[in-house]
Amino acid sequence: MDKPKIGTCWLDGCSGCHMSLLDADEAIIGVLKKADIVFGPLVDAQEWPVGVDVAVIEGAVSSQDDLKLARTARARSKVVVALGDCAVTGNVPSMRNGIPTRKLLERVFVEGSTEGRGVPTDGVPALLKQASPLQEAIKVDVHVPGCPPKPGAILQVLTDLLEGREPGLGGKLRFG
Amino acid sequence: MKRITIDHVTRIEGHARITIKLDDAGQVADTQFHVTQIRGFEKFVEGRPYYEMPSITARICGICPVSHLLASSKACDAIMAVRIPDAAAKLRELLHCGQIVQSHALSFFHLSAPDLLLGMDSDPAKRNIVGLLEEHPDALRDGIALRKFGQEVIERLAKERIHPSWTVPGGVNAPLDPEARDTTLAELPEAMAIVKRTLALWKKTLDNFPDEIESFSNFPTMYCGLVGPDGSLRLYDGNLRFVGADGAVVADQVKPDDYATYIGEATLPDSYMKAPYYKPAGYADGIYRVGPLARLNVVDRCGTPEADAELEEYRGRLGRIVQSGFHYHYARLIEALYALERMRELLDDPDILGTKVRAHADVNNLEGIGVIEAPRGTLIHHYKVNDNGAITWANLIVATGHNNLAISRGILQVAKRFVDGNKIKEGATNRVSAVIRAYDPCLSCASHALGVVPMVLQLLGPDGELLDQVS
Ligand code: SF4
Repeated sequence: MDKPKIGTCWLDGCSGCHMSLLDADEAIIGVLKKADIVFGPLVDAQEWPVGVDVAVIEGAVSSQDDLKLARTARARSKVVVALGDCAVTGNVPSMRNGIPTRKLLERVFVEGSTEGRGVPTDGVPALLKQASPLQEAIKVDVHVPGCPPKPGAILQVLTDLLEGREPGLGGKLRFG
Repeated sequence: MKRITIDHVTRIEGHARITIKLDDAGQVADTQFHVTQIRGFEKFVEGRPYYEMPSITARICGICPVSHLLASSKACDAIMAVRIPDAAAKLRELLHCGQIVQSHALSFFHLSAPDLLLGMDSDPAKRNIVGLLEEHPDALRDGIALRKFGQEVIERLAKERIHPSWTVPGGVNAPLDPEARDTTLAELPEAMAIVKRTLALWKKTLDNFPDEIESFSNFPTMYCGLVGPDGSLRLYDGNLRFVGADGAVVADQVKPDDYATYIGEATLPDSYMKAPYYKPAGYADGIYRVGPLARLNVVDRCGTPEADAELEEYRGRLGRIVQSGFHYHYARLIEALYALERMRELLDDPDILGTKVRAHADVNNLEGIGVIEAPRGTLIHHYKVNDNGAITWANLIVATGHNNLAISRGILQVAKRFVDGNKIKEGATNRVSAVIRAYDPCLSCASHALGVVPMVLQLLGPDGELLDQVS
């Protein structure tokens, strides 16, 4: 029988949630043996494949690219996990939500520049007005809060899902 | 003009997109490196109290949060106008050494070893840590163990591996527990052994990559990094030194407070990542590099015995100034050794258990600058505050930013060498990505202003039509 497939990605996050998964240390080898990681920062797949069993998404939805990737991952995966406070609540990325995007871009690329001042537009995606939690963009099945969630919490949820159980965080639930 | 894009540069810390443009003859004419997200930290921190900055800016990056914590805390120390207690400075440096070790381990083993040990042209479905597990299980276990060691040093000091709140303006918020010192000292020899066997392995493997050495950003640039008063390697504290492509010192012992006299920041029309340059040389002649390769070019010596012996051998093999970006990998391993030796020195110093670890003060300066050498290179935090300590302005220059121009030119060089005609071969895509990986760019950091960069490679024809796309 084929091993279950996991895809992971980060949107507007700091990668800390992915790093927390790596902080499972040797236990990560157990996950690699139980499932195939078919998309994510550590593998070379160029596109989110169809037929993913568990999608693990870190970060808020902040740009056109984020939105596209979140929707593709949703459409091609059975279960979507929002990993970490950025994906669950918007967290730090949403601190920009009170500021018009134009102002934010001008602060960085016009005021904050000594050469070639101007907002980049070539080959870069537009920013969305707000950085939103994942569930505002797509349907989310499981929320794992924490900034980042503890390695044990992430492993628990992954193992439950891979073994066909309803994931339960029990004492491992925490925000921040 | 024909165009190729690589839409998803893989095994890097973040996301990037690359466009390759072809001329009528199907040869590579130009390339673009797009960083595709902007997060706006510099703007949205306005109005926050300065003492929140370490925790907020740590969220720029989960790979090297400690770097931001430290640079930010140093900028805050300056705002308070305090000289932090000696024990606190040593503890911060110890924390930083843990960070260097874990981050260099991640870069070498988890991200690049699949290329380096399995081969640039190996099966992409296996060219990852799972492939390593099958072919080189010992290397993967070493990588996991070394990263774990670095993370545990951080955890023992700071109570959390990622986003700890132990480093604060004025110092750190708790002294070192003697038991944590003893555990770390007991584990150090094994970490040293891992780095040494990896260095031995790498020195044997290196010669298998003549084409990559030749074309991975192999061109003259300036280099920049922090040095001590004697020109030795410094990661937590020091002054800036810039050297030219020939190794001549161009500017020395530049106080971090004067960075803006030497570093300008250019906006590029096709990327959310700005391109710093050496101001006296102007844009874009002032191209310079930072990070492990640059630091080893900049310093006179490391300052610890085993790393110095390795540095001598490295220079004997490759020259006093090492120009190929491919050698970032080698330099990274030597720095990991340095960080471990430095850790031992710090832990052997009885002052490290000092209990005076935090200075308290209010706002005494309206401006503060903090500079450290993050794993990927020089990291600058610069804040201005009002009398109440609310941030009125902030500027952050991250390591990967400094390397922007060099990464872009490296992509062009590799593409010219390996991309030919209208179809992108997988091995070529991988090499274009691998040149970026050599820099270990932290695009999460780079996207503090910018953002995450999904890597797309697009091949465009002479009229701009899309010929091929890998994404
Ligand atoms: S939740 Fe925290 S650790 Fe995770 S991406 Fe967001 S800031 Fe980083």
